[in-house]
Amino acid sequence: MSGPKALRQSFGLQLGSGLFLGLWCLIAAFPIVWIMVMSVKAPIDAFATNPADVLIGPATLAAGKGLSLPDLLFIAVFLALTVRGATRLLPRMVAGLGRPLIGWVVGTAAFVLLWLAAAVWIMGPLLRIDTGLGITPLIGFTTEHYRTVWVERAFWENFVNSVYVTLGVTVVSLTVGTFAGYALSRAGSTLAFGILIAALVFRALPHSVLVTGYLPFFITSSEWLAPVLGDNAPTLYGQPLAVIAVLVAINQPFTIWMLRSFFQSIPSELDEAARVDGCTHFQAFRWVIMPVMWPGVITTGLFSFLLGYNDYLVTSLLLDASNQTMVPAIASFFNRETTTTDQVLAVAAAVSITAPLFLLVMVFQRQIVSGLTAGAVKG
Amino acid sequence: MKTRTFAAFVAPSLVMMLIFIAAPLLYVFGQSFYLTTPVTEQMTVETCTPGFLTQNCTQETKSLPKLDEAGRIVTQTQFVGFGSYRAIIEPAKAWAAISTFDYRALMAIDFWRALRFTLMFTFVTLPLVLLVGLGVALAVNNTARTLRGPVIFVSLLPFIITPVIGALAIRWLFVSDGLLNNGLEWMLGHPVSMFSQGWTIEILMMFYRVWHVAPFAFIILYAGLQTLNHDALEAAMIDGASRWQRLRYVIVPHLMPLIIFVTLIHLMDAYRVFDEVVGFRAEAHVISLQYLTYDFLIPDSTGNRSISRAAASSMLTMVGILILLIPLLRRTWAQHRGSR
Repeated sequence: MSGPKALRQSFGLQLGSGLFLGLWCLIAAFPIVWIMVMSVKAPIDAFATNPADVLIGPATLAAGKGLSLPDLLFIAVFLALTVRGATRLLPRMVAGLGRPLIGWVVGTAAFVLLWLAAAVWIMGPLLRIDTGLGITPLIGFTTEHYRTVWVERAFWENFVNSVYVTLGVTVVSLTVGTFAGYALSRAGSTLAFGILIAALVFRALPHSVLVTGYLPFFITSSEWLAPVLGDNAPTLYGQPLAVIAVLVAINQPFTIWMLRSFFQSIPSELDEAARVDGCTHFQAFRWVIMPVMWPGVITTGLFSFLLGYNDYLVTSLLLDASNQTMVPAIASFFNRETTTTDQVLAVAAAVSITAPLFLLVMVFQRQIVSGLTAGAVKG
Repeated sequence: MKTRTFAAFVAPSLVMMLIFIAAPLLYVFGQSFYLTTPVTEQMTVETCTPGFLTQNCTQETKSLPKLDEAGRIVTQTQFVGFGSYRAIIEPAKAWAAISTFDYRALMAIDFWRALRFTLMFTFVTLPLVLLVGLGVALAVNNTARTLRGPVIFVSLLPFIITPVIGALAIRWLFVSDGLLNNGLEWMLGHPVSMFSQGWTIEILMMFYRVWHVAPFAFIILYAGLQTLNHDALEAAMIDGASRWQRLRYVIVPHLMPLIIFVTLIHLMDAYRVFDEVVGFRAEAHVISLQYLTYDFLIPDSTGNRSISRAAASSMLTMVGILILLIPLLRRTWAQHRGSR
């Protein structure tokens, strides 16, 4: 502990605060870790009465699916390496690349692909080696639920839709938002402040209010767009592009508030200097301010990503079954939860949705924290 | 910055907000006073069944939706004033229930049920979120530096998880054969069913929300603690302030702007509680205001969406959030005036 001796705490207080922290971490992680454990067990094990049965999975083992001690060791080493790679190596490599936004996107994508490839190609042979060598497995482990969810129930289609919608939302809201955020941070007029307050009110709006406004127009859009676009006027209902536009708009108030506070931390002397050197406002923005703004843009992008990815209400009302994203699609899993098998399938689908977010926190923890605090301390 | 440059920079964002937020809002406001219904016409239908010697024919008058040449249902829109609002609030029934103190009768009306839950949810979770957030922030500030990173990582998990999935994860712990439900049954010694009555579901929903939002409060308050002035703490020490007094009179006032910020965001988000109702599948027992609107918007068995009722109920929802926000917004405005 730093600080003067008088501020040191008694042992009891330290113990209490440590225990409280431990309890909090347990509560925070437990539900998520537990659904991960459940998703790799046979249905009987996943909903067993004894928690030890859920962890070890005797029924799964009896079916001949399990991991032996060497396997577990291998997985532990693999996880440790990936965590280290994600938190240490990746940021350094991206920093070396010079183009932060592209670097992060490419770096994260490569990391995810590597991870998936390793999971698919190494795990399979590993399990076969076990049976070949005759090592008895220790812990029940099966990926059959994931195979059912992703291949047979075609969850990958929903995944593709999710990627499409989420990337669209992130890219468009950042492009539109940086301009507005910059202008708002540099203008002190009442008009600018009025826009900010209006945005704050818009942020508070329940999304169902807005969807009520869109639905009638989206369903009949082929009629009222026909005079402009002719016979091939689209029905906006069920169009991912329309959903992207809606989510971008919903996200805009938050985006401009956050970007504004990041822009405010860049001294305005910087753009004044560029202006003196003969730049227009736009040139100053593009060539002087943006290069130092990347951390803020990446952080805001993360939050746009979360909004697009996590949304249930808008996507479930504006997309039809043929092109749903992952989150509303899970309703079709848990709505027919009649048998434990269905239930475990729903659990596997839920873990599939959580996994990308897990990776996201691993790689971007620092940016998420800085984003949260930037909005609070200066906004 | 000149007004023209400012306008050029702000325009794309502003246009998007006007088209996709302000315009739908105005439209919904207007729409809430109109009712669109399919035009029906009375038709005499004769149905005949073969009988012995003669057919048995019965004539009945049915009201059928009128179809146009293309085979679509013709609809008409008429001005109903506050009709849709009345259909949702049911003022006569509600007033009768209030004046006779009949709580059950009031809760039989969906809107009042939803309003009761939404407000209770918002105001019960708010202090809990602040307390847990402050507690974790103080505890993390107390631990060794090497532990802080992992603790923040674990704490962020409930915050970034998809709300519906987070609610499901907790639900699966408490379903009839879930782990914690078994634990509860073992402790209480009798069968427990968490999802067959309203109040247990409400407790789980509030637990979920605190679990989901406390990390946010924690991160923000933790950042605030880093900027705490140690001289002020030491001065308080010298003046003989106890640990509790230091927390109460030095640390909390320092964090006050951040506490207000968290309160503002939490009020906005908790008031539009929705994902919990879906995740916990609570719609039979507990609904929220936003779920009420959502329910009107899903097509019913005949494929109709009751847009005008949805419009009225979403307008009522909005009035509520504005009432909640006005004090905080006025404060922000006054601060802006003061800072210039």
